[in-house]
Amino acid sequence: MQTLDMADIALREMNATLHAQAETTNQTAWEIVNPKGAHAIACGLDAPIEVTVKGSTGYYCAGMNKQATINIKGSAGPGVAENMMSGTVVIDGDASQYAGATGHGGLLVIKGNASSRCGISMKGIDIVVHGNIGHMSAFMAQSGNLVVCGDAGDALGDSLYEARLFVRGSVKSLGADCIEKEMRPEHLAILANLLEQAGADAKPEEFKRYGSARELYTFKIDNAY
Amino acid sequence: MTDTSNGAPLTAPIQSATFSNPINAEIRRAAATGIYDIRGGGAKRKVPHFDDLLFLGASISRYPLEGYREKCETSVSLGTRFAKNPIELDIPITIAGMSFGALSGAAKEALGRGATLAGTSTTTGDGGMTSEERGHSNKLVYQYLPSRYGMNPDDLRRADAIEIVVGQGAKPGGGGMLLGQKISDRVAEMRNLPKGIDQRSACRHPDWTGPDDLEIKILELREITSWKVPIYIKVGGARPYFDTTLAVKAGADVVVLDGMQGGTAATQDVFIENVGQPILACIRESVRALQDLGMHREVQLVVSGGIRTGADVAKAMAMGADAVAIGTAALIALGDNDPKWEAEYNVLGTTAGAYDDWHEGRDPAGITTQDPELMKRFDPIEGGRRLNNYLKVMTLEAQTIARACGKNHLHNLEPEDLCALTMEAAAMAKIPLAGTDWYPGKPGTGY
Repeated sequence: MQTLDMADIALREMNATLHAQAETTNQTAWEIVNPKGAHAIACGLDAPIEVTVKGSTGYYCAGMNKQATINIKGSAGPGVAENMMSGTVVIDGDASQYAGATGHGGLLVIKGNASSRCGISMKGIDIVVHGNIGHMSAFMAQSGNLVVCGDAGDALGDSLYEARLFVRGSVKSLGADCIEKEMRPEHLAILANLLEQAGADAKPEEFKRYGSARELYTFKIDNAY
Repeated sequence: MTDTSNGAPLTAPIQSATFSNPINAEIRRAAATGIYDIRGGGAKRKVPHFDDLLFLGASISRYPLEGYREKCETSVSLGTRFAKNPIELDIPITIAGMSFGALSGAAKEALGRGATLAGTSTTTGDGGMTSEERGHSNKLVYQYLPSRYGMNPDDLRRADAIEIVVGQGAKPGGGGMLLGQKISDRVAEMRNLPKGIDQRSACRHPDWTGPDDLEIKILELREITSWKVPIYIKVGGARPYFDTTLAVKAGADVVVLDGMQGGTAATQDVFIENVGQPILACIRESVRALQDLGMHREVQLVVSGGIRTGADVAKAMAMGADAVAIGTAALIALGDNDPKWEAEYNVLGTTAGAYDDWHEGRDPAGITTQDPELMKRFDPIEGGRRLNNYLKVMTLEAQTIARACGKNHLHNLEPEDLCALTMEAAAMAKIPLAGTDWYPGKPGTGY
């Protein structure tokens, strides 16, 4: 286990050290201590390493992550795992707004609650929230799966594209073009797999599925005059 | 005109200036279709512009440089504030962001070829970075847009600069639309959306909401790219003083300022024509913000929106810009709206020079389309050659003017070299009205 103490080194040095880890590195286990809510911790990683952050983080922790597994032993500030490409990010506490925004791949697990705009514009990422999510979550979400074991706030899935939304609890309101859809066996299988990966104690049958009505897919236009 | 029944003279018919023929036609179109008009390009209305400014030239008190012979430098460094690797350009005319999707892959290649030959940069656009563009652009600016279509850390690190797009001149506060006709398999894959559906580009970023957030977003982008590349912030011509101030505060290396004449791939006509300010009204306010912060020339200013000639370049730089960007003009140089396609423009209900339905994907010139047959009409090598020629001419023109003003570098042009032809231009550009030392709003004049 390699330890990076942010009481001793600057953010730049910490990230540069992690960025320097190659595909074949032997130093696969890293620990970051004294994060003290710093921003942009462990962003832009691209190696099969496991990084554990001992404490809470500021904005954009694990941003654009590729391959790495990042564990946050605390809560995460806005934009955690934004634009993640692959790998896994697990947050023991809560996540602020924009969690997993525009993520293309990988798995984001939030063991507490997520604030507003969770999964906004997601593009293939899978997100599992053990608790509740805030308003405007999955806004313009394009693809991937958002699983919410608790409740969802206002305007869930507004202007949704092809992302699948699974909510076990209540949904305060659905956004434009977001509707409840039939839960078919293939969806239950997806859900079961994600719940297992995320260590969530819930049964797929307890969830409802929401998706796009696809009414906004075509902007009807006629300029022929 | 007389009354045919009795030969008495009649009042001549007068077309209403308010209800003009184009306005009436639009009312009829709206009544028939029930949908507003979407089009490409920038504002078509006449607004005060660079044409309303003149250079004074040399005189007894100003010593000119010799014609086309004496040295007049054109190089510019962009991103000198924080980036380890600022962009070094031979000429201060860059290619503005235009998306793959809106443009064909070959058109993006041509922009890269032409820009590289001329020693300048090109810019991606909504939809991500294409191999054609990266491969043929020596200097490539990667746009970071609200949609984040195609955004990934590998391309971010392959870029020579990152341009965070907050707004653009054609539609400050508005998003964009790529209609389904142009969503080919490749475009759909890059944007991670189904083929054939209309794709909305959001009007606001998904993971930051204000200048304080933006500052942290820039920190993240710098960390991911190891502080190597410059970060630009592009704003539309809305509130240039405050937007420039906040961009600098957020940590920008470069501010890109785009006036309402700047083009778009597809937006509502009512938006293009009625939101935002002419670039002439924006430049001095942006420069004033930089000067108030002590950052003029430390944070570079790139100006766009209606740049067409070397004279426009020289005027923008005299007003304080470090460089300019061209979009629509570059497309015209490539062959867009060329009269040789007039018959086909007529079929589309328009004429060469007025064609603006770029979003429909039926561009006869094969530039703003994803149609394989139309794309065959466009040769990226020839397009690159034409763009290089055009950039070369603009640079020569700007140098000619600079020498006449006694300047051995385009950056040495200054407001004092200019006068304004109209009160409006004088007020907007804060340049004295020709024949006076005054402009409306000049401090200390009481007006």
